[in-house]
Amino acid sequence: MRPQVLTSRRPSFRFNLVGWVSLAIILFWALAAIAAPAFAPHGVGDMVDDDYFGPISWALPLGSDYLGRDMLSRIMYGTRYTVGISLAAVLIACTTGVVLGMTAATAGGWLDTVLSRGLDALSSIPSKLFGLVVVAAVGSSIPVLIMTLAVIYTPGAYRFARALAVNVSTMDFVTAARIRGEGTRYLIGAEILPNIIGPVFADIGLRFVFIVLLLSGLSFLGLGVQPPNADWGALVRENIGGLPFGAPAVMAPSLAIASLTISVNLLIDNLPRKIRDRSA
Amino acid sequence: MTQLVDIRDLRVDATTDAGRRIEIIKGISLSVAEGEMVALIGESGSGKTTIALSLLGHARDGCRIAGGSILVAGQDMAKLTERERAKLRGTVVSYVPQSAAAAFNPSLRVMDQVIEITRIHRLMPRAEAEARAIALFRALSLPEPERIGARYPHQLSGGQLQRLAAAMALIGNPRLVVFDEPTTALDVTTQIEVLRAIKSVMRGTSAGGVYVSHDLAIVAQVADRIVVLKNGEVQEEGLTAQILSAPRHPYTKALLAAFRPETVPAQPAVAEAASAAPPVLEVDDVSAGYGWMPGRAMPLIRAVKNVSFQVERGRNIGIIGESGCGKSTLARTIAGIMPACGGGISLEGQRLAPLAAQRSREQLRRLQIVFQSADTALNPAKQIGEIIGRPLTFYKGMRGAAREARVDQLLDMVQLPRPLKHRHAAELSGGQKQRVNLARALAAEPSVILCDEITSALDTVVAAAIIELLRELQNGLGLSYVFISHDLPTVQAICDEVVVMRGGEKLEQCPAMQVGDPSGHPYSQLLMASVPRLDPTWLDGLDSHPQLGRAPPG
Repeated sequence: MRPQVLTSRRPSFRFNLVGWVSLAIILFWALAAIAAPAFAPHGVGDMVDDDYFGPISWALPLGSDYLGRDMLSRIMYGTRYTVGISLAAVLIACTTGVVLGMTAATAGGWLDTVLSRGLDALSSIPSKLFGLVVVAAVGSSIPVLIMTLAVIYTPGAYRFARALAVNVSTMDFVTAARIRGEGTRYLIGAEILPNIIGPVFADIGLRFVFIVLLLSGLSFLGLGVQPPNADWGALVRENIGGLPFGAPAVMAPSLAIASLTISVNLLIDNLPRKIRDRSA
Repeated sequence: MTQLVDIRDLRVDATTDAGRRIEIIKGISLSVAEGEMVALIGESGSGKTTIALSLLGHARDGCRIAGGSILVAGQDMAKLTERERAKLRGTVVSYVPQSAAAAFNPSLRVMDQVIEITRIHRLMPRAEAEARAIALFRALSLPEPERIGARYPHQLSGGQLQRLAAAMALIGNPRLVVFDEPTTALDVTTQIEVLRAIKSVMRGTSAGGVYVSHDLAIVAQVADRIVVLKNGEVQEEGLTAQILSAPRHPYTKALLAAFRPETVPAQPAVAEAASAAPPVLEVDDVSAGYGWMPGRAMPLIRAVKNVSFQVERGRNIGIIGESGCGKSTLARTIAGIMPACGGGISLEGQRLAPLAAQRSREQLRRLQIVFQSADTALNPAKQIGEIIGRPLTFYKGMRGAAREARVDQLLDMVQLPRPLKHRHAAELSGGQKQRVNLARALAAEPSVILCDEITSALDTVVAAAIIELLRELQNGLGLSYVFISHDLPTVQAICDEVVVMRGGEKLEQCPAMQVGDPSGHPYSQLLMASVPRLDPTWLDGLDSHPQLGRAPPG
């Protein structure tokens, strides 16, 4: 064997500019959500402008809405609903989907069949319609919204994770662990998950974007977050009347939705890459 | 003779992930005369394929021809534009890949692919190209030369596809043919057919050849001259006979030494002491197969048919046969990865359940398996220390400092440096990975290790070192190996007895050194005769062999 210089070194990462910019935008929105009560200039329901659809000014940096409320404050509070609900829903959907997907791929047999067919049935229901029916039947509240969105996006996460896990579970190192006598929990947690975690994160990001858009859609239809509170989708709907006047009140929340979803997308496409340099 | 190929001071760079440039070919010069066959030999990573590809003006992704000239038939491949190079490929220089099975498009008929070059370069009308292809098929001793072109790749065997790849390379009448390990993936008996076909067809043309291989014995049969490479540099260059009989460079000597593994007789002391005890592993009338259907007694395809053998403590048994003979299925059945459909397996007198999931943890611990491909057998997401340490935690509940100390000991046992435990599998060489694989099996302190083709993917020198390691470990630990391989010399180097398999059946069992004796099974004799020898006249000498002689192709 060739002598080698062996040092246990820290892996270095490469992260490009697009990644940095999108991360900055996402952090900006996260900060806006957390700091809304501290930094928002006005309360959610405070009427501060005599005019409606007021223009951009020093006092009201994003203008005023259809009732003369401060748009900046409303968007900051709206961030909490949009980001919070979507994040909760995506975490529930992906955790359930990925765990079930890996279990189905590892166990195989009847468990795989039952899970796959069951979730296939669920994913055959159109997502918007499903959301509409549930919210119409049970009424709109934040837990209902989170659970509805989570249920809608679980089958996709399941399919994705199962497809990845099936590939990994046929590898010899999984066979080696199996004939060592390891249980399913170890197999999925220690052998399979670390090998699919990258794509799974990408999937979480993508699914987060879908959920933001669906939530905004539901709110736009009036089935999402209820007044006087509003998420971004609801803000767009409230102020849609300002569109003919080019009011900032309808532009700003639309831009907020666009900037967040595009940034998340770009970030997952440009995640930091670990540099593995063999002879470094 | 005029020089067909003249490589001067060739340098090839590769860019690493971190953006550094590494020189992988460090100023190589070599030449090939018209009609000459030059072999490039060296271990993986020595740069032999990179040089071969540079003859086509090609550098793999991330690589770049950084300097020097590559004159092929008077044109410098390094300086031409991609369009100009494309014109030369297939007509002046052509390429036979290592794995022809992967190089053919599965959805096109073979003939269309073989004559593709004549179509792209508009060399001749289709009818003429097909006639020429059929003539080549005949020259390469392919069965049914008139009709074989109408088949699809999946209908042909590996050896046939490899010969078709040669036909594809020769159809444009190139001046230079580059063979990139064309027989490495083949069984020994198939290898002979392909080698013979290549040799005879190349003799019939005036084309020069470059033959890339890691196997000195193969190269000895086909090459006029041998160039020995290591780390991107020429170590030694000379006529075939000179390299074989009087190697000068230490690396060449090591290659030759690895080719003749010393065989040790079994340790009789251990064997006698154990003779009273039950065999450590007993395989009794085992059958196994694929395509299991409920309500059927036997699976659709039986890959292993009524095989029995015993392994005494501290002794090794080899299982040998060509691909498809059921040897790997047998190993998987013994390990409990797939169930036996008949017969029984006993470990140290205890009957084992058919599936690993039904066996006790203690039974699983005492029977370990080491897989062929170290790349897929090690979890790429884990550190080496974790991989080796897991069986310690799992079987013995070892944790923390005790586990670390034991991992260090195991790394010492398989002769790997200790700091390696912080590395990932992707950062290790093939031989190192196989050692880690072995260390993981040893961590369980088994009584039997199933070795499934563990040296097949390794270079000759590295494989010899692994065999040496197995032997040393055995002396200290009283292990038994079941050593599965298609390579008879490797099996003979480590095993006391050999089981020869064909078509799922055990043909015979005999002491390792007696395989192929005239008193044994004719198939064993065929296998023995097919093992390449360093003697350059070996291949031609086979023409007079009763089974391997030039029989009608088939």
